[in-house]
Amino acid sequence: MLKYLLKRVLIALPVILGVTIIMYTMISLMPGDIVDLMVEPNLSQQAKDQRRHELGLDRPVPIQYARWLGRSVQGDLGYSFVNSQPVSKRIGQRVGPTLLLSLTALGIAYLVAIPVGVVSATKQYSVWDYGSSVLALVGVSIPGFFLGIGLIYIFALKLHVLPVSGMRSLGVETTVDLIRHLVMPAVVLSVGTMGAVTRYTRSSMLDVVRQDYIRTARAKGVKERGVVYKHALRNALLPVITLLGLQLPNLLAGAIITESVFNWPGMGRLVIEAISNRDYPVLMGTSLLTAVMVVAGGLLTDVLYSAADPRIRFS
Amino acid sequence: MSGAVDMRPSNEPTPPNEPKPSTEPKPAPNQAENSDQVKHNVLRRFLRHKLAVTGFVLLALLVLLAVFAPYVAPHDPNFVDPVSMDDSPSRLHPFGLDTVGRDVLSRVIVASRISLSVGVVAVGIYVIIGSVLGSLAGYFGGVLDVLLTRVCDTVLSFPQIVLIIVIVGVIGPSIWNIMVVLGLLGWPQIFRIVRGQFLSLREQDFVQAGRAMGARDGRLIFRHVLPNSMGPILVAATFGTASAILTEAALSYLGLGVQPPQASWGNLLIQAQSITVIEQQPWLWVPPGMLIFVSVLAINFVGDGLRDALDPRLKL
Repeated sequence: MLKYLLKRVLIALPVILGVTIIMYTMISLMPGDIVDLMVEPNLSQQAKDQRRHELGLDRPVPIQYARWLGRSVQGDLGYSFVNSQPVSKRIGQRVGPTLLLSLTALGIAYLVAIPVGVVSATKQYSVWDYGSSVLALVGVSIPGFFLGIGLIYIFALKLHVLPVSGMRSLGVETTVDLIRHLVMPAVVLSVGTMGAVTRYTRSSMLDVVRQDYIRTARAKGVKERGVVYKHALRNALLPVITLLGLQLPNLLAGAIITESVFNWPGMGRLVIEAISNRDYPVLMGTSLLTAVMVVAGGLLTDVLYSAADPRIRFS
Repeated sequence: MSGAVDMRPSNEPTPPNEPKPSTEPKPAPNQAENSDQVKHNVLRRFLRHKLAVTGFVLLALLVLLAVFAPYVAPHDPNFVDPVSMDDSPSRLHPFGLDTVGRDVLSRVIVASRISLSVGVVAVGIYVIIGSVLGSLAGYFGGVLDVLLTRVCDTVLSFPQIVLIIVIVGVIGPSIWNIMVVLGLLGWPQIFRIVRGQFLSLREQDFVQAGRAMGARDGRLIFRHVLPNSMGPILVAATFGTASAILTEAALSYLGLGVQPPQASWGNLLIQAQSITVIEQQPWLWVPPGMLIFVSVLAINFVGDGLRDALDPRLKL
């Protein structure tokens, strides 16, 4: 197992490296001189060159990248161009909210999707099944930002039951306040995943109930509830675990849009801000972290999978 | 995709179960019938899928709307009427006027062209790239396969929208750039489908037979193996079009996609970044949002039906 994990990490490294190389190349190709954007425009050419040199921007791109990589592996992600804060600090402030949002969304999605998928499968071709299939497609089809705006309109502006946006009310530090702010963005972010997981659970369940061991269970007189929830569901959930890892990039991508709609102070908005400000160090830092998170998520999925299914032995 | 005309009968989605008389140079009449039968069954299964038919009809209407947009739109979508800007819906302007005084209904109608064509063109690009690379990797294997699979994993393992946003930042936001970027980044899923098909089919009897008859690699790839992947590719392309439309909408909403004054459903929603507009002028953001939703849903319905019709055993 340990050996397998090591091997997986070794395979993952080039992927992370590849992502950062692509990002660095693209970023260095971005038009507009960052120094012009940073300092007052009437600065002398000499002062600008001086600044460029300080930032290391006068060197060839591969060298810049190598230096960035060298410092990054030591944990130094550089300083933000915008306010000279360390990148790690800026990202650190934003990781928490994004994780809170994504994990809540993931939780909501799975809590709703798995029961619905199971019922669809056990009552195949019923009104239930039909309805939930349609709803699952609705979930993956509705644009997150449109749903978000719609929810804001209904629950915040018309019914006044939830706050419009942000993560906390000014000067309020209670958990209840945080949850009230969290509800709408988490629901919006969860909808797409919910649709996908529902469909996946359903088809996985349909596969399992045709297996011999289910027939055996029925034959020896296990009640229908026991068959479905003990014998079938546990086996049907195995492939659903795989989906967990696959959904992670989608969730992080969805977070960018959801955070923009709800002014959620997470990494997604940081990315957008960094792009509009040409804040390369922050952009590289968030890309690196995202890649690491996605790879780690995939790894975690594999470990979970082997823990849940003893038949799987890694070698 | 029409069947192969010369030499061999077409290999429609279901791989041949019975060994064919492969020395027969011309399509035997009964096999042509079989192929028709397969198509007929696919069509029948699709038509039995009520949602898929509903989706198809909706989609057809939307495409007609897009094609004839300039004739359907009641007003010039770019005409600015400074006097009556922000007007609420009226008989003359059913969806009202936007914040600078343009007719919202006309803009929504004209935007359908942009939004739908972004989806179709982007997917067209990546289906071609994915099919070619997937064929090469699956057919030849070896170092090429390892390399391409690795690149595919890298692209898949990263939230694409971040990459897209950065690339658009580099080359500038415009409708063409969005199409190209979505097209260049979307190929991995097609690649995986095609590669998988090649791996499972390349040692099959009908391919061996073709090879024994002296068919070259190119012919084996494009005439004999690739047509077998048409079903899964078509399904993936349909779902892909839906998600490309969603991505374009999201990018345009963030201001990184199609640029105003050119209207796309996504950038019509930019106005809804203001709370006042959300609260007081729902006619500005509900129609474009609903159209994105309905068109994506219709395409997903069609994709669902296609998947069931082409291969009932295929999952997700």
